[in-house]
Amino acid sequence: MTTIRIDGREWPTRPGINLLQACLEAGANLPYFCWHPELGSVGACRQCAVRQFSGPDDRTGRLVMACMTPVSDGAIIAIEDAQARAFREGVIEWMMVNHPHDCPVCEEGGECHLQDMTVMTGHNQRRYRFTKRTHRNQDLGPFVKHEMNRCIACYRCVRFYRDYAGGDDLAAFASHDSVYFGRAEDGALQNAFSGNLVEICPTGVFTDKPFSGVYTRKWDLRGAPSVCVHCAVGCNIIVNAREESVRRIVNRYNAAVNRYMLCDRGRFGHGFVNADSRIRMPMRSIDGHPAPVPTRDAVMQFARMAADGPVVGIASPRASMETCFSLRALVGEARFSTGQTQVEQACGQLACTLLRQHPGVIPSLHEMESADGVLVLGEDVCATAPRLGLSLRQSVRQPSFPMADAAKVPRWMDAAVRTIGCDAPSGLFILTPAPTDLDPVAAQCFRAVPDDIARIGFAIAHRIDPSAPTVTDLTDEQVRLVEHAAATLLAAKKPLVVSGMQYGSPALMRAAAAIASALARTIPASGLSLVLPECNSMGLALLGGLTLEAVMAQARAGKIATLVIAENDLTRRLSPAAVVELLEAVPNIVIIDHTDTPPCRDATLVLPAAAFSECSGTLVSQEGRAQRFFQAVYPPQPIRAGWRWMQALARAQGCVNVQAAARIQATGLTTWQGLDDVIAALGRACPILAGMVDAAPGADYRIDGQKLRSQTYRASGRTVIRSHISVRDQPPPGSPDTPFSSSMEGAYTPDMPPSLVPGYQVPSWNSVQSLNRFQHEIGGDMRGGISGVRLFPAPDATDHPTHPCATDIPAAFARAEDSVLVLPDTRLFGSEELSMLSPPVAARATPPTLRVPTGAAGPAHMTLHLPDGAHTLPVEPLAGLPDGVVLCPSHMVSPAFMFPCMARITPAGEAT
Amino acid sequence: MSHAERPLTAMIDPVTGPPDCAAYERAGGWQATRTALRTLAPAEVVDIVTRSRLRGRGGAGFGTGQKWSFVPREPASERCKYLIANADEMEPGTFKDRWLMEGNPLQLVEGMLLAAYAIQAGHGIIFLRGEYHLARTRLHDAIAQARHGGWLGQDILGSGFSFDIHVHVSAGRYICGEETALLTALEGRRATPRSKPPFPQTGGLWGAPSVVNNVETLSNLPHIIANGPEWFAGLGIGPDGGTKIYGVSGRVRRPGAWELPIGTPLREIIEEHAGGMQPGYGLRALLPGGASTAFVDDTALDMAMDYASVEKAGSRLGTGMAIILDDRTCPVGMLRNLEHFFAQESCGWCTPCRDGLPWVERLLDAIEAGTGMAEDIDQLDRHARMLGTPGHTFCAHAPGAMAPLASGLKLFARDFADHIAGRGCPLRHAA
Repeated sequence: MTTIRIDGREWPTRPGINLLQACLEAGANLPYFCWHPELGSVGACRQCAVRQFSGPDDRTGRLVMACMTPVSDGAIIAIEDAQARAFREGVIEWMMVNHPHDCPVCEEGGECHLQDMTVMTGHNQRRYRFTKRTHRNQDLGPFVKHEMNRCIACYRCVRFYRDYAGGDDLAAFASHDSVYFGRAEDGALQNAFSGNLVEICPTGVFTDKPFSGVYTRKWDLRGAPSVCVHCAVGCNIIVNAREESVRRIVNRYNAAVNRYMLCDRGRFGHGFVNADSRIRMPMRSIDGHPAPVPTRDAVMQFARMAADGPVVGIASPRASMETCFSLRALVGEARFSTGQTQVEQACGQLACTLLRQHPGVIPSLHEMESADGVLVLGEDVCATAPRLGLSLRQSVRQPSFPMADAAKVPRWMDAAVRTIGCDAPSGLFILTPAPTDLDPVAAQCFRAVPDDIARIGFAIAHRIDPSAPTVTDLTDEQVRLVEHAAATLLAAKKPLVVSGMQYGSPALMRAAAAIASALARTIPASGLSLVLPECNSMGLALLGGLTLEAVMAQARAGKIATLVIAENDLTRRLSPAAVVELLEAVPNIVIIDHTDTPPCRDATLVLPAAAFSECSGTLVSQEGRAQRFFQAVYPPQPIRAGWRWMQALARAQGCVNVQAAARIQATGLTTWQGLDDVIAALGRACPILAGMVDAAPGADYRIDGQKLRSQTYRASGRTVIRSHISVRDQPPPGSPDTPFSSSMEGAYTPDMPPSLVPGYQVPSWNSVQSLNRFQHEIGGDMRGGISGVRLFPAPDATDHPTHPCATDIPAAFARAEDSVLVLPDTRLFGSEELSMLSPPVAARATPPTLRVPTGAAGPAHMTLHLPDGAHTLPVEPLAGLPDGVVLCPSHMVSPAFMFPCMARITPAGEAT
Repeated sequence: MSHAERPLTAMIDPVTGPPDCAAYERAGGWQATRTALRTLAPAEVVDIVTRSRLRGRGGAGFGTGQKWSFVPREPASERCKYLIANADEMEPGTFKDRWLMEGNPLQLVEGMLLAAYAIQAGHGIIFLRGEYHLARTRLHDAIAQARHGGWLGQDILGSGFSFDIHVHVSAGRYICGEETALLTALEGRRATPRSKPPFPQTGGLWGAPSVVNNVETLSNLPHIIANGPEWFAGLGIGPDGGTKIYGVSGRVRRPGAWELPIGTPLREIIEEHAGGMQPGYGLRALLPGGASTAFVDDTALDMAMDYASVEKAGSRLGTGMAIILDDRTCPVGMLRNLEHFFAQESCGWCTPCRDGLPWVERLLDAIEAGTGMAEDIDQLDRHARMLGTPGHTFCAHAPGAMAPLASGLKLFARDFADHIAGRGCPLRHAA
């Protein structure tokens, strides 16, 4: 075992890390700035100086930067050494020379690493008496606020933004003490991960701009562990709230999933929960006009509707497992629809099947970072699963690590490893119809339509395993690509194939699975990852149900008296004509949602559901990871969790319909007391989902007999915030579904389960850097275990099915003379439903354009003739797009348009 | 002084300009290249240079042969390697490389060719100070002539060894003279020094093995190969080998630069070659090897100007280009100017240098302007200590900046006290 001596005390540690990590893991208070667990060491700030002695007899030693010094067994260092202390204090004093000392008006105040470190070093007296240098700040767009005068030049921002996230519009400018971190000119930060600057920056240079508008000090925020709802990756987040409003989202560390970073859609997409589009009262259609009604009247009306005849339920991939399952309990399994179209559902279930059959591994995001050969098959992950794209971006660094090892350079020595590996070959292949943000780091990019990409995929599978079906008639270029990609994947220790359902192509996903399983015959660590569209798409695939088309058929046949639609905007899935037809064919429409969607206008009854921040529930991510989100906000009474509405409806229905009452009784729906009962019933009804119960501890979880606090000890608003109404101490709101006290009383410890961490703070560490104290090993698992639970069992390594997925190899794409292939242009900002209701995200969404191959670009506007009508859009030439293909922004032009499809395209204004 | 004793500058004639390729060859040029490429293995060239006791003339004084010995041995045809001439001569008071490049650029070209052959580098780059316009023109011209004559390009002299040189004109930062910052700048990035390892010899420019040598160092190579290591080692007076370009600036009668045996006593350089102090001026102190070396006073005049002797006197040989402080110039003002330069040229990477040097500059400003306070001396002392220790800062820039300050605070303690007590510079008040 490796041990080091810190201030005269022996500490067990591990080889391969640096002294700073070792000191932090030992619980020592050693200040630092430029080092970051995900960004490694560069030795810029000189803050973590310690005195190192060469042996027991060395009395003088020398100052070393802990972050730049590898741990060696028996190393002797002193943190509490006069010379080292004086130097560290001096470093802070230098940093403070030009710092504005504007903590009282700084958004970072109270969670500022610079504040913490300043106190830690003991620097408290200003000796610099000259004028401070000042900078001009920039407008960096709707997400991030800029205050350069606070900068201490740790270089973390540009290292994250450029080196880690691949951005190029934030840079370090000028030199000496004028060094400036910003853009060449004012303008929105273009990288999809710009919001992480808020957490990466150790002081208040980059702060959360939307949060600034509803600002509250960290100590006054309530925190709730949660899960992002803006894609299927399942990033862990903390929702910070005060009173009845969500104030911001910050990252919640999950060692396997998002680790330290979130994408901007996830961080800034939460605005929909505070938006005007929220449904806040039950609304009933009276003479065709919606009118607010008391809850009791609303549920009784449902009971009367249910007496009219069959009730069918439409769930949604953006609703929690509990909401979907309780809807199924309300209407019965035979009348339960997943709320997805045939294509969507088939793709989702295919993805689920392929993943469960995959004989290799289904890698987590963190595991993807160490993949050394990656094939992306027809999915723009940067738009559909941005955080996954960031992990793939890290994977291209893999080949540089053995080179660093050979040069005896530790892998955390970031700049040096990047120098050594600057010519290391990339192992990333991207086969997509359109360019992606990952192209610049790829070994090879190839542009083709989805069917042709699938064909290449099947050919790669055949090249890897000759017993897989062959693909004929490939072009020479395609054959070379097949050889190159297959050779790279076969040479990898951890190959990975990524695909998804962006293009609605089962063939793409089958091809991906065929390659991954062919690889798994010789490489057990072969990974398969399939990207799904929404936060609970995988959950619904596991739950199953009718498609929307099946519901339509029943409606047309007059077999539906009442339709209960939970958190599903049907206009995003059905054509306008189909929506009208459905709403006309069904006499009673009940919509349970948190957000007003177009069908609400025509609904008989609209019930206000709690958003993800206002209730607790479970989502299953695309890798089959069930994760719990907890209530952060306590909304006014009529708003309640989806499953509680189902329960209210069931109880009302039971009062008037004895038959239904008996059926519902059997499901237990009316007897559930809390969320844990729903989850238990769900596990009994769907054994594959039974593991969900372990996603997080239940409501009865206690630490030392106490509930868990969700506010800090320093929360000041308890009596003050309502003092204009009453100065009495208000009892904290109840949170029956969770183990949280929802107040400042209760247990809070770095050892608590990470699925229950409401925020990070330990004595002396008030910023997000306090996370170090919650981890076993820095960058490793949390001390309290893991958050969430994988529902798919580990594969049986001996069982290699003989290519069940290598079927239905599509024919090569043939260009049509009179029409083009229309493919979805999935936009990071614009295509996702809920985030577009968040003002900062909407502000970053660019207006829809029609992207066409450069050769086809002529007129400035063109008209696309889709089944639902003609759409005239500005034309944007896109280099690399295959001939005969156009990209139409998904969900922005024709919201329910089904891709892919052939359509005519004409210059705008031309008679058709 | 005989011809043979100043090999570096023998061919330099300010009147006729630099020798062209033919004149260079007539005067003995390219002889070393013929010898090396036809009769010597690369390892033998490294061995000869090691035995010549040539040490880096850029300031650090690292053994040239030893520096090369860390480069992986593969032939140039098998592995991309770089030989880089550090011609970013930005040390205040130093102008020796300029003299060599303007006066005999082919000598540098041949030196680079020999060095490249020794380490088997196929690519040569001259990283040239941006302001050296004349040197740039002459280097381009010399490289074109060398290419024309078959001394650069493919399969030189039928040896199978190929090598060519590219001139890169610096965008202009002092820190580019630091070899790793130079490499980073060449890669098109911010000129920020790098941590070692990897050392440039194994992981330098774009990760490839690279050697960065000073212009003067490289210019010595043709003569070492042509005349042998023993001849070169014998040129020096003390332990080091060869000649050295020494220079003197300041109020001496004949400021300039001279090629002299390395180890020539400082007194001889100042009194004989520079002609002593101008009438009416006395020698107060001097920086022996450029702005980033510590002050020595007249008690050190008898030291030999070799690496070890100057170090023993508490300073460094540096570039060997001395700056004289006379007795009628304010030492505080001189230090203020020096620290202004160093503060401005900090790359901004590490905290102590970036924010410490401007503080030092402002303290000196204040003292010079008459607003200095007694505790300012403590602050200057603290900075000299904290920034002056190697390892405290990321690279050697701040320790270099602190060398004149730390020595100046001792040597000129009285001047500092007078400035503070008298609320300003006594010399300026007198004037």
